[in-house]
Amino acid sequence: MNTGLLSQLLEVLLALWLAPLLTGWVNQWRAWLQNKSAPSLLQPYRKLHKLFHKEPVLAEHASPFYRMAPYLVFGAMALACAIIPSLSTDLPLSPAADAIALVGLFALARVFLSLAAMDVGTAFGTLGARRDMLIGFLAEPALLMVLFCASLLSQSTSLTTIVDQFAHRQFAIHPSLALAGVAFILVSLAENARIPVDNPATHLELTMVHEALLLEYSGRHLALLEWAASLKLFAYACAGLALFFPWGVADARSPEVLLLALPVLMGKLAVSGALLALLESVSAKMRIFRVPEFLASAFLLAVMGMLINILLGA
Amino acid sequence: MSTVLTQSINLLAAILLMLAFAMLSQRRVLSLIHLFTLQGATLALSTAIVGVATHQPHLYFSAALTLLLKVILIPLLLHRVIDRLNVRWDVETLINIPTTLLAGIVLVIFSFYLAQPIAQMSLTITRGTLGIALASVLLSFMMMITRSKAVPQVIGFLAMENGLFFAATAATYGMPMVVELGIALDVLVGILILGVFLFHIREQFDSMDIRHLEKLKED
Repeated sequence: MNTGLLSQLLEVLLALWLAPLLTGWVNQWRAWLQNKSAPSLLQPYRKLHKLFHKEPVLAEHASPFYRMAPYLVFGAMALACAIIPSLSTDLPLSPAADAIALVGLFALARVFLSLAAMDVGTAFGTLGARRDMLIGFLAEPALLMVLFCASLLSQSTSLTTIVDQFAHRQFAIHPSLALAGVAFILVSLAENARIPVDNPATHLELTMVHEALLLEYSGRHLALLEWAASLKLFAYACAGLALFFPWGVADARSPEVLLLALPVLMGKLAVSGALLALLESVSAKMRIFRVPEFLASAFLLAVMGMLINILLGA
Repeated sequence: MSTVLTQSINLLAAILLMLAFAMLSQRRVLSLIHLFTLQGATLALSTAIVGVATHQPHLYFSAALTLLLKVILIPLLLHRVIDRLNVRWDVETLINIPTTLLAGIVLVIFSFYLAQPIAQMSLTITRGTLGIALASVLLSFMMMITRSKAVPQVIGFLAMENGLFFAATAATYGMPMVVELGIALDVLVGILILGVFLFHIREQFDSMDIRHLEKLKED
């Protein structure tokens, strides 16, 4: 029980502290790949520090809901990071939410952020909220199907049970997981406002989605939302790594592996961050009306993974 | 060892299905040819692995034949054709790709359901992949139906042949050598004739849109 508490605490703290680092790492790699001089790895921390020390400016018509939303979004993302077994599968919090509830948590954050963006009544906020909901309602079923693929293989929707089984079974090639993995990459690109769907680096009015939602926020509210975006990327990266590359995750039977799990996780995150930057550098941003196609193919891949799982029994 | 081989055959089958869907949603002619080449390479690899797993040396020949024909020769011919027709960067306006893809899922479910009882009667290690082979045939068929330009239709036809070849390997460890050689030659001659045909279509109508062929009279 004590080791469980310890690993749970360690995981949450690690997520909170490492998430901006992952964002910085991806930005650095992207700058390198585009032949630019890269910003420092610690730039996201500096930005958060700066924003936390600034006074938030609120719009005149902002309701209390508008002030509440950043805390809600941040809380949802922190909880999501807490229930994803990135370091250990021995998590006391994990019975609180299974794979389906995880998708619900992401949806909850999205709904609150969109409502808050529409709350102040600027055109950009509403535009961003609509686009974000368009992307979200297409990405969610695809993400659910990906998680169901993993659930079918391990006969459970609990994330810790899934990862526990994946990490300790005999090595086997699962075609359904390969399809689900590709679908997961597509979904996480869309959900984290990455390049084929949205460009995280611009404030160009006509194309932005995620930035449009945050446009009216400032000060500590903006800092929390930026941090929540980093946490979301971290959560997605950890979920993908835990589902498709589960080696090195500790469990209740061998808590001492926890010591090794941290460097393994850091290594895996470093590689996946660099790959994400590469993926973003080689692809072009697509029109917003092409996004349904993009996410329909993610949905289709995940459904096909499930069908193949049923057909081949593997 | 043999479980790993079976699993990798299953994985390659899944990749074949994925490539069939990618072809269905691809607008560019050039990318279609690349996808077709990849499909051929996957097919050759899976045939070779089936040969290793079942100790059937004649499957090596068909794998080599597939590699020669569908990865090297036919893509080369297709590249030449699109160069000469000047449609290398051609982009087709496809309507409603998500709906097409969803219809594709229905086709996959149908063919999996259809193949299930057949696969149960079979004793081959590749019996599970029969449904996937059937699905790729149907998906390529659908690609031919939804396209209006001539070159993508030809590619759809060739992809359909790939699916049939995979079905033959999955159900019975490949056809006799004579039949296989005959089919390979047929496909080669077919693509040559279709190539000539493409030039004639362009000469007659100044476009590659085969909807012009539906008119029987000059207006």
